[in-house]
Amino acid sequence: MSDFKTHPDLPPPVTEFGIVGWLRKSLFSSISNSMMTLIAVYLLYLTIPPVVEWAFINADWAGTSREACTSGGACWVFIYARINQFLYGFYPVEEQWRVNLGAVIFVISLLLLMVRGVPGKVWIGFFTLFIFPFIAFFLFHGGIFDLRVISTSDWGGLMLTLILSTVGIVAALPLGTLLALGRRSDMPIVRAVCVSYIELWRGVPLITVLFMASVMLPLFLPAGVDFDKLVRALVGIALFQAAYVAEVVRGGLQAIPKGQSEAASSLGLNYSKTMALIVLPQALKMVIPGLVVTFIELFKDTTLVSIISLFDLLGIVQSALTDPSWLGFTIEGYIFAGLLYWIFCFGISRYSLHLERRFETGHKRI
Amino acid sequence: MSSDTPEQLETGDLAPSKPPFWRNPKVHALFFQALLLTGVFIFFGYIFNNTVVNLESRGISTGFGFLDQEAGFGIIQSLIDYTPASSYGRTFFVGLFNTLLVSALGIVLATIVGLLVGLARLSQNWLIARLAAIYIETFRNIPLLLQILFWYFAVIQALPSPRQSLAISDFAFLNIRGVYLPEPIFEPGFGAVFAAMTLAVVIVFVLSRWAYRRRMQTGQPFHTVWVSLAILIGLPGLAFVVMGAPLSWSLPSLQGFNFVGGVSVIPELAALLIALTIYTASSIAEIVRSGILAVSHGQTEAAYSLGLSPGMNTRLVVLPQALRVIIPPLTSQYLNLMKNSSLATAIGYPDLVNVFAGTALNQTGQAVVIIAMTMGVYLTFSLLISLFMNWYNHHSTLIER
Repeated sequence: MSDFKTHPDLPPPVTEFGIVGWLRKSLFSSISNSMMTLIAVYLLYLTIPPVVEWAFINADWAGTSREACTSGGACWVFIYARINQFLYGFYPVEEQWRVNLGAVIFVISLLLLMVRGVPGKVWIGFFTLFIFPFIAFFLFHGGIFDLRVISTSDWGGLMLTLILSTVGIVAALPLGTLLALGRRSDMPIVRAVCVSYIELWRGVPLITVLFMASVMLPLFLPAGVDFDKLVRALVGIALFQAAYVAEVVRGGLQAIPKGQSEAASSLGLNYSKTMALIVLPQALKMVIPGLVVTFIELFKDTTLVSIISLFDLLGIVQSALTDPSWLGFTIEGYIFAGLLYWIFCFGISRYSLHLERRFETGHKRI
Repeated sequence: MSSDTPEQLETGDLAPSKPPFWRNPKVHALFFQALLLTGVFIFFGYIFNNTVVNLESRGISTGFGFLDQEAGFGIIQSLIDYTPASSYGRTFFVGLFNTLLVSALGIVLATIVGLLVGLARLSQNWLIARLAAIYIETFRNIPLLLQILFWYFAVIQALPSPRQSLAISDFAFLNIRGVYLPEPIFEPGFGAVFAAMTLAVVIVFVLSRWAYRRRMQTGQPFHTVWVSLAILIGLPGLAFVVMGAPLSWSLPSLQGFNFVGGVSVIPELAALLIALTIYTASSIAEIVRSGILAVSHGQTEAAYSLGLSPGMNTRLVVLPQALRVIIPPLTSQYLNLMKNSSLATAIGYPDLVNVFAGTALNQTGQAVVIIAMTMGVYLTFSLLISLFMNWYNHHSTLIER
């Protein structure tokens, strides 16, 4: 009598694992799914090869003038020839080190803020938000320490886009926080004023706000007082953005349990101390991801200043497209600008997702 | 220990003394509110005063009087009768209706595209889900203005001239001047078809109420969708045949350098509509996706274990719950779309901002009134939408349990 032996396990059917299994499960699980896959593959076949051919294989990369663009593909020479203008606007080339220096300081302080475990983050954050903008202004504008004065009408390109969006959000932050506190106040008049402010600005498109800032601001001020165009746009953007920041901060304030402010009151702290020491530090930390999302929206919205003829990245690309010596490279120009915007927005949104996960400390209110 | 005697407490020696009135929270509140109110009044008074002085020094008399003056400029697209001899007041309505037109079309198209992409993003098909994700991440992260300019200057301006139009047989033409489509011409007798359509809508409404009530009472299903479709198509179709097909088409045809006949969609509208649809659809897709994911899978499992078909599960279990999550952010996207349609001014589509806050403002210099009226329009719509939202939230919480 031979030993009883169990039959060895059969390998799973070839259609259920490995590449074939994956294909069957995720691409060809049913007739309709297979049809959709095939149609999608066919559409990709129709679009991808010509685009790749146009953008890379047939493209012209080197040269200085439009004569270099002969192969019929994309003419990246155009971008190459204009890159300085796209980044700095009409800022004089020999003074651009000032912009670069400002950018380096900004990037370093941002990196210090991002890396975990750096001591004194509160101070670095304070510096970046409230001291650096003034340093940057004097650095870029000049007029002190023998720096040549560069008028704001020469600022442009990516530099202007970044200035508009960062200054917009930094200026909107304190005002927005005040508005959010006011909206949650017990005092009916304060609440009414804040609610009307927020709803008014959130109800109108940014373009009308910019029109208002450029057309009506000079009317509102006493005769003789006049700002330059950039400051007017910044005032409009900051007032507009404050309403959105206020709504984000309000979300954070609502998420802080009432026990926190009650505990603070029972310790004898008054309203301003309760807010400044107990509630706001927790609430603001909680809304950082939301603020980042607001920043992305603002970053995209800064393109609207090109309508009131400021030369931000989109504005300067648009004006370069109408240059008679470079006519006909519209698509290249828009793709370049779109790619820059996309990299910034996508990068920041990924970072905000990462922050959201990192701040998830597990005591979310249910 | 003498200090604890009741007499002393009554005399108030050690009882907590009343705080001085400037420490009283109520007085605080009154004081701050009075301060704020004064500040607001002073601020607006200051602005008002400056404005009046500035306007006087520029020789502009402000007011609504200019609305009756002749505008004197042409507008390339108008839904109401408009000639350059019309008044500025009329340009306001031309712009308003053009804004509403592009917003309404954009909302419908963006909802359809967004719904499809959002569902595709959840598809089990790996390729379809990837493609939907790429679509969403690409178009959400590029500024809308850039997209509008791209469609207008890079795509539509690259279309052929009218003589070399891209054509679908003899019916539709696409060229640099826009899209030309056949226009339906209603002949006498078509009124009966409209009447039949209205009747069909009323019947379907009553029928679905009845079917719903019957299902709630007896649990018996009714094929509402198919019956409604049959009524909606059948009744007007019957009227159409009975009245002897009172409808003809005006086809666009090339005469000289341009097309005549048919309806035309101006390129500005086409570019704006495409860009608004694609941009807003990417946000709507994310909203749809998160709404559907918010309904826990247990609901679907429970529906299946009760014997519901996949279609019934979607219609009766998942969708009603998902909609409660979807609708609030969806309405704010609609509002965004309407506000974003003001970017029309960058490519010259004659919307409210372009016509009224642009051309009319430049010609009259009535900045205060014109900007206020323009903002007022957008504000009104956003307040209406938030009223609707409050009503909807109230309504949907009532249904809950």
